[in-house]
Amino acid sequence: MSIAAIGVPGRSFVRPSALPGFGITFGFAITYLSLIVLIPLAALVWRASGLGFGGIWRVATDPRVVAALDTSFGTSALAALTNAFFGAIVAWVLTRYRFPGRRLLDATVDLPFALPTAVAGIALATLYAPTGWIGALFARWDIKLAYTPTGIFIALVFIGLPFVVRTVQPVLQDLDREIEEASATLGASRWQTVTRVVLPPLVPAILTGVGLAFARAVGEYGSVIFIAGNMPFRSEIAPLLIVTRLEDFDYAGASAIAVIMLAISFVILLAINLLQAFLQRRLGHA
Amino acid sequence: MLALLGPSGSGKTTLLRLVAGLEAPTAGRLLFDDEDATHLSVGERRVGFVFQSYALFRHQSVAENIAYGLRVRPRRTRPSNAEIKRRVAELLDLVQLNGLDRRRPSELSGGQRQRVALARALAVEPRVLLLDEPFGALDAQVRRDLRRWLRELHDRTGHTTLFVTHDQDEALELADRVAILHRGRLEQIGTPDDILDRPATSFVAGFVGEAVRIPAEVREGVLRIGAQYVPAPAGQRAGNFDLFVRPSDVVVTDGSDEALSAKVVGVRRTGPARRAELSLGEGLPTVEIQLPARHALRKGESLQVRLATVRLFASGTRAGR
Repeated sequence: MSIAAIGVPGRSFVRPSALPGFGITFGFAITYLSLIVLIPLAALVWRASGLGFGGIWRVATDPRVVAALDTSFGTSALAALTNAFFGAIVAWVLTRYRFPGRRLLDATVDLPFALPTAVAGIALATLYAPTGWIGALFARWDIKLAYTPTGIFIALVFIGLPFVVRTVQPVLQDLDREIEEASATLGASRWQTVTRVVLPPLVPAILTGVGLAFARAVGEYGSVIFIAGNMPFRSEIAPLLIVTRLEDFDYAGASAIAVIMLAISFVILLAINLLQAFLQRRLGHA
Repeated sequence: MLALLGPSGSGKTTLLRLVAGLEAPTAGRLLFDDEDATHLSVGERRVGFVFQSYALFRHQSVAENIAYGLRVRPRRTRPSNAEIKRRVAELLDLVQLNGLDRRRPSELSGGQRQRVALARALAVEPRVLLLDEPFGALDAQVRRDLRRWLRELHDRTGHTTLFVTHDQDEALELADRVAILHRGRLEQIGTPDDILDRPATSFVAGFVGEAVRIPAEVREGVLRIGAQYVPAPAGQRAGNFDLFVRPSDVVVTDGSDEALSAKVVGVRRTGPARRAELSLGEGLPTVEIQLPARHALRKGESLQVRLATVRLFASGTRAGR
C-alpha cells in the first residue's frame, strides 16, 4: 500500500495547508506579476545598465537630479503624513456619525482617483494661483501657493487622500464600539479613550494608507506639473526630469533616474510593510 | 447579587447600560444608595462593567488591560507605578490568572478572557459591578465552573453585583434576588423562592420553571380543565383563567376526586429520570412530568394524576391571589 507515503513530514518549499490549489494559484500569481510588473521593470534596469555603474552614479549625483529627487520624495512624504492625519479624521467622520449627505461625501472621497490627473492639476492651479479664489486670499499676505513646492504638496495631498480614508474606514467600522464604552466606564476621558484605545488598532491601516499614498505621490506626474511651476532646483519633480530627458532622446539617462527612484521607493515601501507587519503582530492579529 | 432575567428584547441590557450611564434615561431617577446618579457621567459613576463580548483591549497585555482604569486617572489620584503593579498582581491572583500577565487577549481562552474583563472592572474599585450575560459565550462546563467561582468571589469581596441573563437556572441559582423583566417592564423582583413559589404575574408564572399554560375555568368552586372537573382551590373566585403547570406540580396518583385522567403521548429518557408528556384532553397543550427511570410508561397508556399546586392567573392580566 502507498498510504505510508501520505503525510510523511519532510522539508518542503511550502508549509502544508488544508487549502488545495497552492500550485496553480502560486504559478498564476508569479506569471501575472512577471508579465505586469517584473519584466517591464527588468527591461528598465537593463536599459539603464547601458550606462554602467559609473554612469548611473554620475546621474545620481547630478545636482539637478538630486534636487528633483529631494523635492519628489520629501514632498511626497510630507503629503502622505498630512493625509495620514486628515484622512483618519475623514474616515472617522464617515464611519462614526450619521448625517445628511454622508453617502455623497463618502463618494466624493474617491473623486481624486477618477479624475484625469491633468484635469486635477489644472483645476488646482487655477484655484491656488495668485489670481485664483484661494490663491488670492494668500496673495494678500504675500504667500505664493501655486508654482512653488507648496503647490506640489497641495497636488500630492489631493491625489493621496483616498488611500488613507479607504484603508482606515473598514478597520474603524469593524472596531468594537464596546471597547470605547469599556474605556469610559473605567474612568478614561474621551481623549484618553481615543488615543489609548481607538488609535492603536488603527495604526497598521493608517500605515498601509500612508505607504500607498506615498507611492502614488512619488510617481505622480499629471497633476503636479500644472501647479508646480517646474523650476529646476526648486519645484521640479523627478518624473518631470525623466520626461525632459526622454524629450532630449536621452533614454539611458531617463531610465537611470527611473531606476534610482525605483530603488529608493522599494526600500521605503519595504520598510513600511515590515513596520506594519510588526505592529500587526503586536496588536495580536497574528 | 441581583439577576436581571427576561426573554431577549425585554430590556435587561438596556437597564444595565442605564445604570452604567451608557444610555440616558428619558424619565426617572437613578440612585446609588441615597446619592442621585442620574446626571453623573459614565466615568463619575464608578461602575465596573463586564461586557458580553468582554471588550478587552487587544493591543494591550493582560496586565495592561487590568491596569488601564488606574493608569487613566488624573495624576493627582493616580497610584504610583509600584502600587499599580501590586494591585494588578493582587487582581490576577483573585481571578486565578497568575503568570498570564504578559499574554495578549487573543492568546487566552474564553473563560480566561472573561476573568480578565472582570479583573479590569474590579481594578477601579467600583461601587456596583455590572455583568452583561457573563456566561453567554462560554461552553457548558466552563460556565458551570465560572458560575460557582463568581459566587465565591462575590461572597469574598461583597461587591453589589447586577448581572443580566436569559438563563433562569443561572439567575435562580446564583442570585440573592431576581428581577424579571418583560417588554421593558419589571414583572417581579424577589428571592428565587418568591419567584418560583409565588409568581406575581401570569408572565412570571409562565416564564419560570418550564411551565405550560392551559386555559381553565372556575365555576361554583369547580375547576374545569378541558372536559375534566376537579375541586377548585378554597376561596378561588370564578372566571376564566390561565392554569400554569410545571413538571414538578404533577403527581401520579391512584384516583381520588381530585384526580385527572391523562394519556401518555410521549416518553423520553433524560439522564437518571424519565420525562413523559401527558395530554389532559383533546386540544390542550401537553404537560410534562418527571418520573424515576424505573417507571416504565408506554405511549398511549392512561393514568391518574393530581395537581400538587394549582396556579391560576386571570387570562393575560395581573393575578389577584
